[in-house]
Amino acid sequence: MVREEAESRGDDTMIDAPQISNPKPEDFFNVHYLRIYYGNLFPYADIHKWLSYGHDGKHPGCDEYYFGRREFSFTLENDVYLRYKSFKSASALEHAIKSCFPYKIDIGAVYSVDPDKRHAYSQTGTNVFTPVERELVFDIDITDYDDVRYCCSGADVCSKCWPLMTVAIKVIHTSLKEDFGFKHILWVFSGRRGVHCWVCDPKARRMTNEQRSAVAEYFRVYKGNENNARKVALMGYSLHPFLARSYVDLLKGFFEGELQANQSIFSTKDKYDKILEMISDEDIQSELREKWEKSANRSSLSEEAISLVRWEQLKNTLQSKKHKAPTLRMCVEEIVFTFTYPRIDLEVSKQMNHLLKAPFCVHPKTGRVCVPIDPNNCDEFDPLAVPTLSQLIEEINSGGSKMDVDDDDTDTSILGKSIKFFRSSFLEPLLKSCKEEIESLYKTKIGKPKDSFSW
Amino acid sequence: MEVIRSQKRTPSNDTVSNPKIPLYLTAPQMEVRLEEFELFAIDRLRVLKGVSDGLARGRNPKEMDDLVDTLWKEHMRDPDASLMFNKDIISHFVLRLVYCRSDELKKWFLSMETALFRHRFRLQNFEAQRAIVGEFGLPYKAVTGAELEGLKERLGQVVRSLGQISPTVEAIYYKVPFEEVPDLVASRRVLIQKGYAFVAGSQLVSLVVTQFRSHISKALILTNRKWTTTIREREKDRLTPIVEALSTSYLGPDYSQSTEYAEISLKDIDQVAKSSFPLCMRHLFEKVREDHHLKHGGRMQLGLFLKGVGLKLDDALAFWRAEFTKKVGSERFDKEYAYSIRHNYGKEGKRTDYTPYACQKIILSAPGAGDHHGCPYRHFSEDNLRAALGRMGLSSRGMEGVMDQVRNKHYQLACTMTFEAVYGTSCDAGINHPNQYFEESQKILKSKTPPAPV
Repeated sequence: MVREEAESRGDDTMIDAPQISNPKPEDFFNVHYLRIYYGNLFPYADIHKWLSYGHDGKHPGCDEYYFGRREFSFTLENDVYLRYKSFKSASALEHAIKSCFPYKIDIGAVYSVDPDKRHAYSQTGTNVFTPVERELVFDIDITDYDDVRYCCSGADVCSKCWPLMTVAIKVIHTSLKEDFGFKHILWVFSGRRGVHCWVCDPKARRMTNEQRSAVAEYFRVYKGNENNARKVALMGYSLHPFLARSYVDLLKGFFEGELQANQSIFSTKDKYDKILEMISDEDIQSELREKWEKSANRSSLSEEAISLVRWEQLKNTLQSKKHKAPTLRMCVEEIVFTFTYPRIDLEVSKQMNHLLKAPFCVHPKTGRVCVPIDPNNCDEFDPLAVPTLSQLIEEINSGGSKMDVDDDDTDTSILGKSIKFFRSSFLEPLLKSCKEEIESLYKTKIGKPKDSFSW
Repeated sequence: MEVIRSQKRTPSNDTVSNPKIPLYLTAPQMEVRLEEFELFAIDRLRVLKGVSDGLARGRNPKEMDDLVDTLWKEHMRDPDASLMFNKDIISHFVLRLVYCRSDELKKWFLSMETALFRHRFRLQNFEAQRAIVGEFGLPYKAVTGAELEGLKERLGQVVRSLGQISPTVEAIYYKVPFEEVPDLVASRRVLIQKGYAFVAGSQLVSLVVTQFRSHISKALILTNRKWTTTIREREKDRLTPIVEALSTSYLGPDYSQSTEYAEISLKDIDQVAKSSFPLCMRHLFEKVREDHHLKHGGRMQLGLFLKGVGLKLDDALAFWRAEFTKKVGSERFDKEYAYSIRHNYGKEGKRTDYTPYACQKIILSAPGAGDHHGCPYRHFSEDNLRAALGRMGLSSRGMEGVMDQVRNKHYQLACTMTFEAVYGTSCDAGINHPNQYFEESQKILKSKTPPAPV
C-alpha cells in the first residue's frame, strides 16, 4: 500500500486515500488531509457571514469593524496555541487558516477593540480591552455521564449511550425556546463524544457573565461527585414547571424505554446497588435488595425485562412509603433525573471570554467534521456516521463533489448537505433578523437630533 | 453637594417624598459641614465593614437582616428623621468619592452597598417596598386578568417546588425580562416563559437589587472620571486628604483593652510567643531574645502588641529590662528606654493610651537596615520567609499556598493562610490585626487539644 506524498501543486492534485483495513490514527487525521479540507471544503464564507451578524458593510447602519473584533484561536500541530487572533474579512481568515492549517480553531468573544491590537489599550480608564458580545454557549460531553452508562466509558461513544445526548439536546433546546424565548440556536457535534450549543440572538450575545451564570444554574440539577450517593436532590412538594415539563415530556419516557433497553440498569447487583443507594431510607433499601437477591437466579427473563420489572417494584414501594421522609417524596424523579437529565459544563457557559471550538472544524482524534445537528430531528443523528476527513477525500477523488464550496445549493456531497442545513435553517433566518435590527436601530439613530446624547 | 465650614446648616429639601431608603440617584443639593463630611462617612463605613464581616462569616439572609438593622441603629440613627435621611445620603456620596478610585475599591463598595440595600429593603413592609420599586421608575407591569389565570397552575407549581405544600399563588406578579432577576432564575424560584420571569411581590427584592447594583456601578465610573479630572486637584487642600485617608482607615477593634483571653504573664511569654504570636511578632520577639535589643520601630510594634495581648506595664518593664540590660546596662535602660515604655502605656506625657498597630499600618511601614519590624510577608525575602514559615511548622504544601498569596501581594491573606495551616481551622474573617491573630489563636488552643501536625 503506497501513499503518494502530496505536494501543493494546485487543486487538481489527486490524493490516494489509503485502503483502510487496520486503521491507524494517522489514517483518520493528518496534515495532508487537513490541507485538502481547509484548502477546498471548509465553508469560510458561511462562517464569516454568521459571525458578522449582518454587518456586511452594505447598509449605512453596519459596523464594518465588527467581524475584526472577534477573537479566534488556533491550535497548531505541536500543541502550539495562538490566542487573540483576529481578521478583518473572510479572505483574511481564509488566508490565515491556509497558511498554518490549524488542528483546532476556536471562536471567542467580540471585544471592544481588535484582539490583536489589545496591548495598545490600557486596562483602566475609558479605552479598555473587554468582551462586548458573545453567543450564549453550552457544552455537553458524554464523559460526564460515565457513572450512568455501562456500555462505554471515557472517550468512547456508541449507539447505546448516544441517546443521552439526544435527550439532552431536546431538554435544553425546548427550554431555550419556550422559557427564554431564544430563536437562533445552533447545535453542533463536537467531533467525538458531545455536543455544543450556540445561542445567537442579539439578546443572548449581550448577556453579562452574571446572567449567563444564572441560565447555567437554571439548567443545573446534577450536583455529583464521589462523595455523595444522592447526586440529585429535588426538594419541595413538586417540580419546577421547567423540570416537570422535561420529566413528563421527555425524561420519563426515555428512562423507561430506550435507556432501560440499552443499559438495563437494574439487571445486576452492582448496577442496582448504585440505584438503591440513592434511596435515603435504609429499610426500603434492604427490602428491595432482599427481594432482588432472591429473584436473581430464578428468572428466565432477559436482562431488559428483569430491569423493567424491578423498576416497577421500586416505584411501587416508594409510592407507598414516600410519606416517611421529605427526602423520599420525589425519589423516583430523582433517579430518573440522575440517569437522563442533561449535564452541562457550567464553566463553559458562565464567562464571555471562554473559547469554544468552531463548527466545521475537524476533530483531531477521530477525523470527524463538527457538523451541525438538527434539534428537531436529533433522534436521527448518528455520531458514528458523521463524515470523516478520509471519506471526504475519497469523495473528492471519485468525483462525487465539487472541489470548491460555493453558494450553489445543488451540492449533494456529504459535507454539502450539512452546509446546506446550516444555511437554510440557521444562517438565513438569523441574518434576516440581524439586518432588520440593524435597519431599525439606524432609523432610530438618524431620527434623533444631533446633540441629544446627554452625558 | 456643597461642603462648607460655617456653623449653620440649611435644611435639606430632599425629604419630601420620604421613601425610607434613598436610591442615591442624584447628588444631594444641600450644604454639608466639613466635619460632617468625614464623620458621616466614617459612621457609614462602620456599617459597611460590619456588613462585610457578616457576609464573610456566612450569615444567612435573616441573620444579615438583623445585623444590618443593628448596625444601622448603632451608627446612623438620629432622632430627627430628616437629619438621619440626610446623613444617609451624604455619607453614601462621600464614600462614592472614596471608593471610586480603583477597581478593587469599587468592587468592594458595590458589593457592600448592594448587600446593605438588599437587607434594608427586606426589613421594609410591602407598601414601602412597592414605593421603592416605583421610585426606580421600573416599567414592569403587574400581571392581571386572563394572563394571570392562564399562568396560575404553573405559578402554583413554582410555589410548591419551593417547599410550600399548598400552591397559594400571590395576588401580584410582575412580568419582568429574565435578565433583570438573575438570582431568581438561577435558583429556579420563578416561572419563566418566552424570556419573561414572573416575579412575585415577595420577590421584589431581587428586582430592585439588580437595578440598584447596576445604577451604582455606572455611577462609580462617572464619579471616578470626575474625581480624576477635576475634584482631586481642586480639593487637594481640603477634601482630598480626607478622602484618601478614609479608604485605608482601620475600623476594627483597637485592642487597647485586652480581653479575658489575652492576659499573659511574664513566665508564660516564651511559650505563648511560640504558640500564638503571628509571624511578625514572633520574629521581633525572637530577635529581642537573640540580640537583647530592638530598634525603635520594632519596640513600638512589639511593645504595643504585647500591651494589647495583656502584658501589664510592670511585666513589660521587666521583660524589656531583662533583655536590654544584657546589652546596655541597667542605668541606660532606665534613662533611655523605660520612659518610652511607660509612655506607650499612657503613663507619661499627654497620657495617650496608644493602640497596637493594625496590619495595614505594619504593612505600610518601611523597615531599614537593622530593623526587624514590618510585615514578614511583605518585607522578607522569599528564602527567609520560607525558612520562617518552616519554623512555624508549615508543610511544603501549605507554604506554597502562602507564597502564592505573597507573590500576588495579598499579605494579609498570606497571614490568614498561615493561621489556617497552623491551627488546622478556617479563618473566614481574615487576619487584619496581629492582636486578632493572637486572640483567635488563644481561643482555639484553649478549646481543644493540641492541633494536629501540619
